[in-house]
Amino acid sequence: MADTHSVIGTKNKKGQTYTDTWKMMNEAPRTPSFFTGSEVIKEAVRRASCDVMIAYPITPQSEAAALIGELFAEGYIGDYFRGESEFAVMSQCAGAAFGGARVFTTTAGPGTMRAMENFPMWAGARLPIQMIVTCRGINSPLSIQPDTLEIAYLLNTGMLVWHAETAQDFFDWILKGYMVSEEPDVHLPLALCCDGFFVTHTKDVVNLTPADMCLPPYDPYRSPVPCMDMECPPVRMMRDPFVMKSNYISYATHASWQQEIWAAIERSRKHSIHWLNGLIDAENTDADIVIVASGTAVSQGREAIRLLEDEGVRCGLIKVKTLRPWPEEEIREATKNAKHIFVPEFNVTGWLAKEIRATIPNHQRVHAGPHVCGGMTMPPEIIVQEIKTALGMKSFSLAGRGS
Amino acid sequence: MIKKRLNIRMSGLGGQGAVTAAHVLAMAANRDGKFSISNPFFGAEKRMAPAESYCRIGIERIYDRGELVFPDVIQVFHPQVITMGKSYTMPFYSGVKEGGVVIINSAQPLLSEEDVQRLKDLNVAVFYIAGTELAIEVAGTELSTNMAMIGSVSGITKCVTMEALDGALQERFGKKFVASGGTASLDEAIKKKFAKKEMLLAKNLATVKRAYEVASEWAEKNKIELRVGNPAVAA
Repeated sequence: MADTHSVIGTKNKKGQTYTDTWKMMNEAPRTPSFFTGSEVIKEAVRRASCDVMIAYPITPQSEAAALIGELFAEGYIGDYFRGESEFAVMSQCAGAAFGGARVFTTTAGPGTMRAMENFPMWAGARLPIQMIVTCRGINSPLSIQPDTLEIAYLLNTGMLVWHAETAQDFFDWILKGYMVSEEPDVHLPLALCCDGFFVTHTKDVVNLTPADMCLPPYDPYRSPVPCMDMECPPVRMMRDPFVMKSNYISYATHASWQQEIWAAIERSRKHSIHWLNGLIDAENTDADIVIVASGTAVSQGREAIRLLEDEGVRCGLIKVKTLRPWPEEEIREATKNAKHIFVPEFNVTGWLAKEIRATIPNHQRVHAGPHVCGGMTMPPEIIVQEIKTALGMKSFSLAGRGS
Repeated sequence: MIKKRLNIRMSGLGGQGAVTAAHVLAMAANRDGKFSISNPFFGAEKRMAPAESYCRIGIERIYDRGELVFPDVIQVFHPQVITMGKSYTMPFYSGVKEGGVVIINSAQPLLSEEDVQRLKDLNVAVFYIAGTELAIEVAGTELSTNMAMIGSVSGITKCVTMEALDGALQERFGKKFVASGGTASLDEAIKKKFAKKEMLLAKNLATVKRAYEVASEWAEKNKIELRVGNPAVAA
């Protein structure tokens, strides 16, 4: 039986020391490394004591999936194989997690969509699988460039959904993510999203923890539902399923179980706040103008704020780290002084702006935009232009690409 | 001109190593103690298809990523970027900043009169370098064209030191590097061109150096100054 605490200080077969995660993430020395996001995913998984990784190639996550294959060859992962499709991969992940394994996988865009049926199943079965989503366009015409539309589809699956800004976030959150999603009062899958290419293929400085330290192994006996036992309610799914009975008890069970999944997301708040140092990061939110964003849009917002500062315009920033749990109270508090709230997004529908509008009072303060979609880049200049136009300030039209 | 940030856009064709060039340049800048970020932009990974990469080098933390819409330097790795419109933009120089530099890998001029005039109006200098010929001459293979391009941008802007480039090349090619299948097979192809890995590194570095000298000389002669630094201190 793998026990999470008694193994701390002992070594695994690769000679890594199982280390208290809080100490590993917050006290251990860090080495700056100049890596692509894909390499950083590999380095995080090296330290994550993963039992199973299942892969399927789809840009832009293929590099990360291939690199984790290298890790398997080096002996850092219990098992690694390629599924027949994304749907098969996510189903196989479920099987591995039902069997009590710590499971890791990566997907993107159309692959996420293809596998979608599995995500509410994972959540319902309370499987703490971690899935990296390297967002890309999902619609026809085909695009492999970043577009965050697929995140909108994940928001109501019952999974935890986090949105990383940088490769550094990725490194830290992959490791911390297991700590949150494996808590007995949470025990839910985590979709750890980033904007493909802008994070996965970008070389940036990332501070890594020592390679000879790794997470304590997953302890399946901390699961709130019996592992690999499909006969026991409330997840008796195989034989004698509730759906076949169509009686009061079966409906009540389904309804209450859905409520329980969403209650588990709520209970993940305290753990997420603990590990991520809050569900949002807020800077200069006493300013009249505030940018609220997630993912790469945060980075572009930071550059836009620099450009505005050069022109004497002060602008605050709210980085939304977790989308599920949704930081409702935090956003309400951080935007209370703002007269204008701008929500730059890498998708056509503006799902983040809609969530924010539904969260705060006086929601006419929210300017949904700028938006880029289908894999377009968002130069900071267009955020500046959007803000100046909305405020009635003079702004020169941009002669960039396509003009 | 001294700028806090130098934005370099590399427009090339699949297989030419534009992505690798941006990565190596950014790695070198990082070794020099500057802030840098590099990322690629491409569609299907196939030879001769448009492929771009971007390298941002600065004196403060860089957040900006993605396509470089407003570059200071544009490098054209292949004549077809211009002549056949194999670029994500028409014309290939759209968005270029005033006072910028365009570096074109070609032995002969490729720009129309209109393009020449428009770039002149923007005070953008144009430098032609026969990078592929230089690569064949020095390294013995056209696969080192990207090294000539790295050398030319470094020679003009002095954005990285030769020492740092040497280190970055060793880091990139001195050990096993896993990227996409396409990149892996190209890595294999270039390694086969050289008897030993040390030879690959030495010849590539020699190509970088030669292009650096040629470009540096051109910049001095034409009084082109585009540097990364603190404008306040420089003033």
